[in-house]
Amino acid sequence: MKLVKLSIVAMFVVALGCGKQTPPQAKQEEKNAAGDDAAVPAETAEAITLTGAGATFPFPIYSKWAHAYKKVKGTKLNYQSIGSGGGIAQIKAKTVAFGASDAPLEAAELDEAGLIQFPMIMGGVVPVVNLEGVTPGQLKLSQSVLADIFLGKIKKWNDAKIAKDNDGMKLPATDISVVHRADGSGTTWIFTNYLDKISEEWKTKVGTGKSVEWPTGVGGKGNEGVAAYVQRIKGAIGYVEFAYALQNNMSHAKLQNVDGNYVDPTIESFQAAAANADWKNAPGFYLVLTNQPGAGSWPITGASFILMYKEQDKPEIAKEALNFFDWCYENGQKSATELHYVPMPKEVVELVHTLWKEKMASGGTPVWQ
Amino acid sequence: MATSNNSSSSSGSSGNGAKKPLGDIIYAGLTRGAAGAVILLSIGIVLSLAGNSWPAIVKFGASFISSTTWNPVMSEFGALSSIAGTLISTIIAMAIAVPLAVIIAFFLVELAHPVISKPVGYAIELLAAVPSIIYGMWGLFVFAPFMADYIQPALQRWFGFLPFFEGPPMGIGMLSAGIILALMVLPFITAVMRDVFQMVPSVVKEASYGMGSTTLEVAREVTVKYGFSGLIGAVFLGLGRAVGETMAVTFVIGNSHDISVSLYAAGNTIASTLANEFTEAAEPMYISALIELGLVLFLMTLVIQVLAQWWIARTQKKAGAGL
Repeated sequence: MKLVKLSIVAMFVVALGCGKQTPPQAKQEEKNAAGDDAAVPAETAEAITLTGAGATFPFPIYSKWAHAYKKVKGTKLNYQSIGSGGGIAQIKAKTVAFGASDAPLEAAELDEAGLIQFPMIMGGVVPVVNLEGVTPGQLKLSQSVLADIFLGKIKKWNDAKIAKDNDGMKLPATDISVVHRADGSGTTWIFTNYLDKISEEWKTKVGTGKSVEWPTGVGGKGNEGVAAYVQRIKGAIGYVEFAYALQNNMSHAKLQNVDGNYVDPTIESFQAAAANADWKNAPGFYLVLTNQPGAGSWPITGASFILMYKEQDKPEIAKEALNFFDWCYENGQKSATELHYVPMPKEVVELVHTLWKEKMASGGTPVWQ
Repeated sequence: MATSNNSSSSSGSSGNGAKKPLGDIIYAGLTRGAAGAVILLSIGIVLSLAGNSWPAIVKFGASFISSTTWNPVMSEFGALSSIAGTLISTIIAMAIAVPLAVIIAFFLVELAHPVISKPVGYAIELLAAVPSIIYGMWGLFVFAPFMADYIQPALQRWFGFLPFFEGPPMGIGMLSAGIILALMVLPFITAVMRDVFQMVPSVVKEASYGMGSTTLEVAREVTVKYGFSGLIGAVFLGLGRAVGETMAVTFVIGNSHDISVSLYAAGNTIASTLANEFTEAAEPMYISALIELGLVLFLMTLVIQVLAQWWIARTQKKAGAGL
């Protein structure tokens, strides 16, 4: 009996203890909010914490930028890479200051939700293969061959259609094992969007999506899962984000772009694809960078987007978020390239600035001036 | 628990003729509340699962259970491949784990010297505590290549005429998932079975030995029969874990929404599909279908529990088991 009483007393004490601890924290937060009004996030001012959630694809660079920005300006970024779908859901639920998505939202959907979107960073998706005796970039895949492989129509590596593009290369008679993402993913969205554009059959049978009904193959979880499966399975072909192909030293394939050239995935070929993109005439920045024209363009390039509300209840937070993004556009280029991402070109950043000025406001006053 | 505590406290206080101490009242309230909360929680889970999956239930009806289409682009969902994958992987796991567990538990209790049985017992308990993600990563990076290089080609050489072992030996797929599951549930089942065997009174066993039984006969006729309901309990504990296991399976099963006779082919389970697809599901119908998958898993577990109880009750009557 005594024990019981003691434990109950202990519980109360613990509860009281917690209760006592809470008020100072709350005060701290109030102070933080007060500090925001000054809108000068210098080292001396109280730090703001920005919250964001969404795409996993740009997570490495966002966290690197956040780390650097905190050192310079003191603002902390709490970015949760829960996936693009999750990011869209979270911003619609208004639990975060910004959402992030690898797949752009269409203008109509943006308007309906009262959101704006702008591109933050670009990158490439790369087909990787596991073929004995094939060095990186040696294998060339034409548009129709790539589509037919992922449709399950070409089943052996020594198929005449593959051999046709690869003169003099010895291709083994092994089965082709397709590896795709098992989890819903922006990488899959970009990749299937490309197949959708180059193959009529893919368009009608499968379509574009973060997860689709794959005609063939096995699914790995995450880029690392796909990379592991491709390295495991002889005769496998999969697609991963460029950085994963490099880190794992995987054999990529050359792809045929719109101009008919076979190109390697490099920062330059991603930039070439981005340079030809017509952002100006894309309503709501709805622009997908797959299959862009240009002699050196990598065909499976994609941008990652930020979503924010047009009408902001907390202008100081929104302003600081924009400060952060602006700082990233200006100062984050080197770290982006280091991580094999492609920074946004100057002209696009200017367009984004115009969007901020014109579209985002708080009670009639523009947030960004 | 609550009732037994109550009765002891009331008998104690009635002797004094005084009121119940405040601590007892609070304690009784707390325990009752906790017990009631469990029931409320279960009901709450079913209600919220059913509520959120209602759009999918209305749209797909019975075809959700019978269709293998899983097409997020077209918003058409059928759970048959996931249900089948859950059942097949669980059956493989149980087929491997249960006989092994019986043998290990029996060895530890009846045959092994304490010098061996104690450390092995600790090792089993340790294995039971390993988080499932560890099994998953070990499965993907160590076990799957081993399967692909040695086990699967060998199986194909000897049993290649069977349809179960067709296709390229990738190392990942239904068979690997089943074996990983078996490894994961084995320590659970073994640990419980060992306790069950230990509870069989030695008088009963000694009596059997006294009548001239061999060790095998004692095991079969006395130990196993005496502890039968406990053994079944152990099996269903393992089964419960195998059915709902998520991360380890996700890593090695290959995650494809197909049903294949070959155990080398990739498949999926309800839990692995949820783990894979929930994060990026934005369409309301997609989310609803995923939640309905959760509901199906919940109901499957419920059916397993009910069957287990019913079976234990039935066999207990028939065999007159002791535990």
